[in-house]
Amino acid sequence: MTDRTTIDRTSHLELEHHEKTFLDSNELIINMGPQHPATHGVLRVILKLDGEKVLGTECVIGYLHRGVEKIAEHRTYTMFNPYVDRMDYVAAVSNGLGYCEAVEKLLNVEAPRRAQYIRVVLTELNRLASHMLWLGTHALDIGAITPLFYTFRDREEILKIFEKYCGARLTTHAFRIGGCSYETYDGFEREVKKFLDFVTPKIDEYEELLTTNRIWVERTKDVGKISAKECIALGVTGPVLRASGVKWDLRKAQPYAAYPDFDFEIPVGQNGDTYDRYIVRMQEMRQSLRIIDQAIGKIPDGPIMAKIPKVMKPPVGEIYHSIEAPKGELGYFIVSDGSTQPYRVRVRPPSFVNLQALDMMVRGALVADVIAVIGTLDIVLGEVDR
Amino acid sequence: MLDYITSYLNSDTTPGSAGNMFWAFVYIILIFLGLSVAVIAMNWLERKILAHMQVRLGPMRVGPHGLLQPIADALKLLIKEDIMPSQADPLVFWVAPLMVVITSFTVFIVVPFGPTHAVTDMNIGVLFMLGVSSLSVLGVVMAGWASNSHYPLMGALRSSAQMVSYEIAMGLAVVSAVLMTSLNKDGTGTLSMIGIVQAQQSQQVWFIFKFFPLGLIAFFIFAVAMVAETNRAPFDLPEAESELTAGFHTEYSGFRWSLFFLAEYSAMIAVSSIAVTLWLGGWMRPFPNALSGETWDLVFSLVPGLTFLFLAAMTFYSTARMPKHPYFKVQTIGLGGFGAVLALIGVALFVPPVRDRIQDIFWFSAKVALSMYMYIWYRGTFPRYRFDQLMKVGWKVLLPLGIGVLVLTAIAGILF
Repeated sequence: MTDRTTIDRTSHLELEHHEKTFLDSNELIINMGPQHPATHGVLRVILKLDGEKVLGTECVIGYLHRGVEKIAEHRTYTMFNPYVDRMDYVAAVSNGLGYCEAVEKLLNVEAPRRAQYIRVVLTELNRLASHMLWLGTHALDIGAITPLFYTFRDREEILKIFEKYCGARLTTHAFRIGGCSYETYDGFEREVKKFLDFVTPKIDEYEELLTTNRIWVERTKDVGKISAKECIALGVTGPVLRASGVKWDLRKAQPYAAYPDFDFEIPVGQNGDTYDRYIVRMQEMRQSLRIIDQAIGKIPDGPIMAKIPKVMKPPVGEIYHSIEAPKGELGYFIVSDGSTQPYRVRVRPPSFVNLQALDMMVRGALVADVIAVIGTLDIVLGEVDR
Repeated sequence: MLDYITSYLNSDTTPGSAGNMFWAFVYIILIFLGLSVAVIAMNWLERKILAHMQVRLGPMRVGPHGLLQPIADALKLLIKEDIMPSQADPLVFWVAPLMVVITSFTVFIVVPFGPTHAVTDMNIGVLFMLGVSSLSVLGVVMAGWASNSHYPLMGALRSSAQMVSYEIAMGLAVVSAVLMTSLNKDGTGTLSMIGIVQAQQSQQVWFIFKFFPLGLIAFFIFAVAMVAETNRAPFDLPEAESELTAGFHTEYSGFRWSLFFLAEYSAMIAVSSIAVTLWLGGWMRPFPNALSGETWDLVFSLVPGLTFLFLAAMTFYSTARMPKHPYFKVQTIGLGGFGAVLALIGVALFVPPVRDRIQDIFWFSAKVALSMYMYIWYRGTFPRYRFDQLMKVGWKVLLPLGIGVLVLTAIAGILF
């Protein structure tokens, strides 16, 4: 080879001797993404490798940046509501819930009980949908192609309920500031109950394929370990934190919506490895079913909207409100200057914060582990880049 | 000339052994065509079977039930632009797919579809097959290296490490089967593929059941190693889609890529043929010893025809279930025609002369097809091994197991 391959030096992970070609060097810099089947969208990970061993990583994000937070400054509070659905598009309902509750807190109103119950049912359904998508893609990354189709088949039933409720499947915009936009449709309770009966054996089915599968266990046990201390230091939340043994779930810790009314457990792991995160999420799916089962039976009657002014002008001030999204703590920091438009909206997206842990988790591991860890962090690039 | 051609017809050896180049050439053509059809069929079947395992339909648009999909794909690949990266090494890049294809087709020279249905009967048949098929790793490495790109390079390195380590376990399993062939009065073993099947015939047992469970374990080792050898799931690390996009053939497109595809499938068929020959009685029908006699011979000789008639019946059933809309008229006629062809073949297989000649080939193909189905089943079920785990399985599990089985087989051979 006469031509020397020059290495694009955009990373701090430069080769020791960068005048060498990659064939001469022991170290190899590989671009994983932004177009790669396993980076869940447009994440670019620059890997520094020694053979198969990972010496370091660097995440390059921003390929899906749409300036959602900036857009908020030019929209009224109501107008911005649909935009939040576009951040974590696989858990749009949670995003909507977080935003609506934050603005309600700012306005000092509370959604009626009925609306809160509907919110809980839909949010938990959405958590289920999000975890199903995670399971399918995570298993696909590790090489098991079949669970993907099973989870998508069952997720479809959830999306059908969403579609019947609000007309949209993915970016639902299901809630309004002060309550819900829509009354439940006829037979909503019955259909959700039917879905619960349908999906419970299906979760057993996924577990049958994976939980005791030798290869699956070998691929996930002790892979991407992260301790509770490191999790807290990095601000990692959600199932990743819980798998490390910290019992921290905002639904219990800082209850919101109608969650105090329900009886459910917070599944925790011990080792903080990929397998524990898998188990925690599987158990979380069952807990979600439990919550839905409790909520759907006793949705109270009453209005679905609180009394809120047509033109919303929250008092001057700032508010931080966070909820437990499927991926972790989803927080909204809203600053109001007393006008119809927020002065500043800052989102604390769980995916973005959790992604920070990637480098720590994969250092010294193999290339295949990087894929497994990206999958287990359950990131959505729409939320990372906003 | 005509005498030269007809002289072979009375012989009872393979054309290669009889020294008849004309018939050897005819056999080569037949095997090449049959293999190409098998790869096309395999392509369709894999997609369909995998799809049904995954609660979806698979190809449904091109032809009835997607039957013409492989042909459409082949056409698309042929007319696709053939891209060579500017930084690639042109010669090596060009040779690599040829290397892989040629080796994976050459091994079929010694595959015995029947006592005389092979191109030639080499006295080192098994050695030849293992040797030639392991040459394909060279093509893989060449492809990865010549692409001058990171992902293919990593795929090629993984591939070479994997193939080298699994070949040893595979070889040990093969040796234990070869050892079993020497268990006769003269104590003469053989490496000839035909000889191995004949040894099973004379010992009245498929080697998979010989010295139970030793034969079974050896078969198991081979069955695992052959999946790793052909780079299929769960050992598909060299082309791990979610990690290395496509591994060693990332930079290949169009016809060159399709050569890799062709080679992969024919290699799968080749190693399955070795497994069938060594452990599953080759061309022998099930239970030739227990269920012997005129009647059973007749019953088993009807199976090929009945199989095709069953396939035809399935096709006719699907034809009847096709949508009645005029849009599907051509497809319905096509599917019916396909069923008719299958039925015709089925009927033709009942004609006594054909029936007697086709039997061996049928049973051999049926066993290979079973092994192919297992390949698809693995792919639908298992996650992928990680590189170090793959090595661990190869060196720490299969290799000691292989040595143990070999030693025990030798001891058992002396004792019994």
